[in-house]
Amino acid sequence: MSRARTAGTAVLRTARGGLSLRLDRRAAAAAAGLLALALTAAVVLVGTGDYAIAPADVLRTLTGHGTPGQDFVVRQLRLPRVVVALLVGAALGMAGAAFQSVARNPLGSPDVIGFGQGSAAGALTVIVLLHGSSYEVAAGAVAGGLLTGLAVYALAWRRGVQGYRLVLVGIGASAVLAAANSYLLVKANFVDAARAVVWITGSLDGRDWDEVWPLLAACAVLMPVLLGQGPALRLTEMGDDAAAALGVRVERVRLTTVLAAVLLTAAATAAAGPIAFIALTAPQLARRLTRSPGVSLLPSALMGATLLVLADLTAQHAFGPAQVPVGVATGLLGGAYLLWLLTTERRSGRI
Amino acid sequence: MTTRNDDTSTGRPRLRADAVTLGYDRRVITEKLSVDIPDHSFTVVVGPNACGKSTLLRALARLLKPAQGRVLLDGRTIGSLPAKAVARTLGLLPQTSVAPDGITVAALVARGRYPHQGLLRQWSVEDEQVVAESMAATGVAELADRQVDELSGGQRQRVWIAMALAQRTPLLLLDEPTTYLDIQHQIDVLDLCAGLHEEGGRTLVAVLHDLNQAARYATHLIAMRDGRVEAEGPPAEIITAELVERVFGVRCRVIEDPESGTPLVVPAARRPRTAAAGVTAASAAATRPAATRAP
Repeated sequence: MSRARTAGTAVLRTARGGLSLRLDRRAAAAAAGLLALALTAAVVLVGTGDYAIAPADVLRTLTGHGTPGQDFVVRQLRLPRVVVALLVGAALGMAGAAFQSVARNPLGSPDVIGFGQGSAAGALTVIVLLHGSSYEVAAGAVAGGLLTGLAVYALAWRRGVQGYRLVLVGIGASAVLAAANSYLLVKANFVDAARAVVWITGSLDGRDWDEVWPLLAACAVLMPVLLGQGPALRLTEMGDDAAAALGVRVERVRLTTVLAAVLLTAAATAAAGPIAFIALTAPQLARRLTRSPGVSLLPSALMGATLLVLADLTAQHAFGPAQVPVGVATGLLGGAYLLWLLTTERRSGRI
Repeated sequence: MTTRNDDTSTGRPRLRADAVTLGYDRRVITEKLSVDIPDHSFTVVVGPNACGKSTLLRALARLLKPAQGRVLLDGRTIGSLPAKAVARTLGLLPQTSVAPDGITVAALVARGRYPHQGLLRQWSVEDEQVVAESMAATGVAELADRQVDELSGGQRQRVWIAMALAQRTPLLLLDEPTTYLDIQHQIDVLDLCAGLHEEGGRTLVAVLHDLNQAARYATHLIAMRDGRVEAEGPPAEIITAELVERVFGVRCRVIEDPESGTPLVVPAARRPRTAAAGVTAASAAATRPAATRAP
C-alpha cells in the first residue's frame, strides 16, 4: 500500500495500482464531526423528557446495564423517536441533496417543489375523506408524494429535464396542492382537522418501533442506490453535454436519482409528516462545511440527521413547558435560512 | 485507452456518419448525411448559422441520436457501445459547460478521468500523471489551485480543454471552441489545438465560425449548407470564391494568406447603394479574375 498526498485529499493505493481509494480530508473530517454531534445530541434527546435521564445513564441503559425503569423509558418510549428523527433527518438531507443536484439549484429541494404538499394532500385525503388509520395515512402520504414527484418530473420534461423548469413547475404544483389541502382542511370536521394539522406540521411524538422498521428498510435500500449515482450525478452538474461526453448516461442517472429521492422523501414523510426545510438547508450547510464543489450526498445526510435531532431538542426546550411539534422548530429555523439564501443567491445572480 | 488503429480491413476511418437524418423533435436539420472524419486529421466544419454543423458534431459525439442512419465508431454503431468505453476513445468540448461553484482548476481537470475510474479505482497514479500533463499541455498548471469562477474567459476555456485532454482520447471533438473569446485567446486556443493534433497524431474535429481561421488550421475542411456537405477536402483545394458565395452567400476574393500560405477569404467591399444596381455586371466581371486563386 502507498499513500500519496495531493492538496486536501488522502489517497490509498495498492503497490500495483489495481486498487486506489480517494478521500477528501475536509469532507471526511466534517462527516465524522457531524456523526459525533448527531449521536451526542441523540443521547441527550433520549435523556430528555418528563422523566429526565443523565447522558451517562442513557449510555449505560443502551449497553444493557440500566435499571428496569430506565430500560423501559429508553428502549420502548424514547429510542424509537430518536431513531426516527435520525433516519428522517438523514433521508431528507440526502434526498434534498439529490434534488438540488438534479435541479442544479439550491431551491430544487423536495419541500419547495411540492412533494411536501403532495404527501400532505395524500395524507389529508385519507384523514378527511376516508377517516383512515395511521398506517393508511402513511400510505396516503407515500402515494401523494410519489404521484406529485412523477407528475412534476413529467411536466418539466422536454428533451430532458432542466433545473429551472423543474423548480418552476414544482412551485406551480406546490401552489395547486396547497389550495387543495386548504379545501380539505376547511371541509374536515373538528377532530379530523386537528389530527390533520398536527400531521402537516410534522411531528416525532409517539413514534415507536413500528415506524422505525419500514423507514430503516427504505434507507438501507435507497441510500446506497443514491450514493452509487453520486459520482455521475456530480458530473451532470456541469451540464448534460459535458457529462455525456465523459460517459455518463445522463437521463438514466437522473431518473434513477429522482425515483430514489422521491421514495426516500415519501418514506420519511410517512414516518414523521412533511417536516419543513431539512431537505432545503442540510445540503447547503453541508456544502459550506465541507467546502466541496456542488452538493454531496453523504455529508448532507449526516447534516440532516444532526439538524433534525437538534431541532427536536429545541422544540422540547425552547418553547417553555409546552412542547411543540418538531416541524415548528425546523420551519422557524429553515424559513430564516431560506430568506438568507434568497438574498445571497440573488446578489450572486443565480436566482 | 483504446490502441486499436484505423479499421484497415475496410479502409474506413474510425469515426463516420452513415446516411444520418438528424433533427430535434419533428424539425429535420440534415437528411441522409454521410461524413467521414479522416484519421489523424484536424477536421474543421464550417457553414452559415443553422446549417447543421453543430448538430452533426453532436451526433458524432453521440449526444444526439440519429432518426435514421448510423454514426460509426471503429465500425460499430456508437449508440450501442458502453458509454464509458466511448468516452475513453472520443472526447468532446461542448459549447457550454457549467463549472460547479467553488471548484478548483485541478479538481475540474481531474473530472476528465471519470471514464477511466471505478468504485475500486478512484485515483490511480496514472490519473494523477495525466491530470498534471493535461494542465501542463494547456498552460494552466500554475492555476491548479485557483477557483475556476475567478479565471478569465480564455483561461477557463483552456481549463475545459485540459479536462477533455485528461480523458486521453485519440479523437477529440470541439464545438465552437473560440466563441466568446477575444482574438488573442482565439488564436491561443487554435494554436493549442494544432499542437495537440501534431504531437499525438490525435484526430480533432472542430466547428468554427471564422472561415479564415478554419482555412489556416484545418487539414481537412467540411463546408456545409442547409444540412448538406457542399465541399470537403484540404482547404487549399476547396476554398474558392465560388464556394464561399455558394455556402455563405458572400461575394469575395480568395487570396493567399501572406503569413501561412493558406487561402484567405476577403469579402467584397460594400458598394454605395445608388451605384449598386447599375454596376452589378461590371463589378462581377471585375472580381471574376481574382476569384480563381493565384497559383
